[in-house]
Amino acid sequence: MMADSFSINDKMSGRRKFLVAATSVAGGIAGAAIATPFLLSMMPSERAKAAGAPVEVDISKLEPGMLMMVEWRGRVVWVLNRTPDMLETLAKLEDQLADPNSEKNQQPEYARNRTRSIKPEILVTEGVCTHLGCSPVFRKDVAPADLGPDWLGGFFCPCHGSKFDLAGRVYKSVPAPTNMVVPPHVYLSDSRLLIGSESEGSA
Amino acid sequence: MSNMFNSMIEWIDKRFPLTSNWKAHLSEYYAPKNFNFWYFFGSLALLVLVNQLLTGIFLTMNYKPDASQAFASVEYIMRDVEYGWLIRYMHSTGASMFFVVVYLHMFRGMMYGSYRKPRELLWLVGMCIFFVLMSLAFTGYILPWGQMSYWGAQVIVSMFGAIPAIGDTLQQWLLGDFTLSDAALNRFFAYHVVTLPLVLLVLVFVHILALHETGSNNPDGIEIKENKNPSTGIPVDGIPFHPYYTVKDIVGVVVFLFVFCGIIFFAPEMGGYFLEYNNFIPANTLQTPDHIAPVWYFTPYYSMLRAVTVNFLGIDAKLWGVILMAGSVVIFCFLPWLDRSPVKSIRYKGPYFKIALTLFVISFFVLGWLGTKSPTPMYTLLAQIFTVIYFAFFILMPWYSKIDKTKPEPKRLQE
Repeated sequence: MMADSFSINDKMSGRRKFLVAATSVAGGIAGAAIATPFLLSMMPSERAKAAGAPVEVDISKLEPGMLMMVEWRGRVVWVLNRTPDMLETLAKLEDQLADPNSEKNQQPEYARNRTRSIKPEILVTEGVCTHLGCSPVFRKDVAPADLGPDWLGGFFCPCHGSKFDLAGRVYKSVPAPTNMVVPPHVYLSDSRLLIGSESEGSA
Repeated sequence: MSNMFNSMIEWIDKRFPLTSNWKAHLSEYYAPKNFNFWYFFGSLALLVLVNQLLTGIFLTMNYKPDASQAFASVEYIMRDVEYGWLIRYMHSTGASMFFVVVYLHMFRGMMYGSYRKPRELLWLVGMCIFFVLMSLAFTGYILPWGQMSYWGAQVIVSMFGAIPAIGDTLQQWLLGDFTLSDAALNRFFAYHVVTLPLVLLVLVFVHILALHETGSNNPDGIEIKENKNPSTGIPVDGIPFHPYYTVKDIVGVVVFLFVFCGIIFFAPEMGGYFLEYNNFIPANTLQTPDHIAPVWYFTPYYSMLRAVTVNFLGIDAKLWGVILMAGSVVIFCFLPWLDRSPVKSIRYKGPYFKIALTLFVISFFVLGWLGTKSPTPMYTLLAQIFTVIYFAFFILMPWYSKIDKTKPEPKRLQE
């Protein structure tokens, strides 16, 4: 009897078709609704969101040519004190760079300059390759065997071979698409640097 | 006694299709009589699957999916748990051997045209198994939370960040944090031990069901079902899977276990290819190791990821790398429709296909080797050349397989 009254192919009345479609749509909406809390539970939790506090660094002992690593939001931030020699390389390399004028939005406005910094000698940048997130190596040696005679010092990513100059600007024809990210930062005094905030108030 | 046994089977058969399934899938499943060496790897993949499930359960008894304890808990398994070293080496060696047997299994399919009609779905289900297997390998490799776990995961997860518009949000959703951290380790553990093994088991079941629907292909690539004994309805070139192939497969298992045990006891790290030396250093979120490379089975794809260094067609090199890497795996799915040859098996295919397949295998190995090396301009150029060859094998197949000079297929299986 059931088979008679419910042979799907040829005997579906308009009313039954409508009911089947309406039930399917309602079921689909219910399915999407029940999936929502599960999918949202996978977003960063409130605790993870709260963990992004700024970090204060003392740079008074950072000698010229030295690089220090600071952890901010679980990421590595480099503070590099560049020597005059290092700063001179920046202009020389510009025809080899993909974005020498920092046109892409990878830095706050106050770091959109040739040195990509507030103070010319102090570079503050996330030590994260813009390709796939490895941390490049600081290679200040000039013309080493593996990087070739044209190398004037910079950052080299061991994972996929991307190269950056001493302002974190990316070379042409490497996998990384953009310059390294300069995080928001502000000087609280001559030697006290706050990373992760642009105003002294939020320290 | 045998009477009691028979009546017990009869009792079960009235309540569960035991005898009929035994016949359909083993004692009266007729497989071609000419299976050769290449037909060991399907059953060996099942063996390794069982090994991974069993050893995995015992590893979870002592492992801690917590960024501050994971590394130490693996060392604890290795040093303090009774036979923990053996169980972990069985699992880590099993992971690599899984890929060995699955790659050989897939190569068998490519040689003998096992992906061709009517086995397209069987091939696609197999490809899904391969994707799940890759996900399992990736999530499993993160768990020890060593340097390679951390930075390997960093690279793979960053690939999702390359997707335009939704990339950043997707990456945060995958990680459950703004960076790779404890939240990600914890959820990758859940995927590795619950989600993915369940999906894998279902897919393996479906793969075997699909195989037993179409029947097995064979080295001659002809359908044994087209030539049945008129009175019995059994393919004349078929033999029952049990006992003929169960016994044959046991021989394969014995040889495989010799190799497997040899690796476990004498070379569990396999010179840094199965277990990488950098992964014996706890994860350091501030410093990438000087040389990072994935485990050997991912190196061909990894080479392609970093082979693109120029922007073209308005897409930047980073996204191209990700597209090529994903494409290099997904493209296998299209094989059933790319191959236009009138014959299935390499035995009857012409020189073009043989040359193309040889070049493909060479490019797979060269890309795999390059993936273990640090990038230099020379290596990058090589990777680019072999990436082109790799893709040409697939993309040009509709032409070279069609104009190839094939030999006529026989009516019956050859010896």
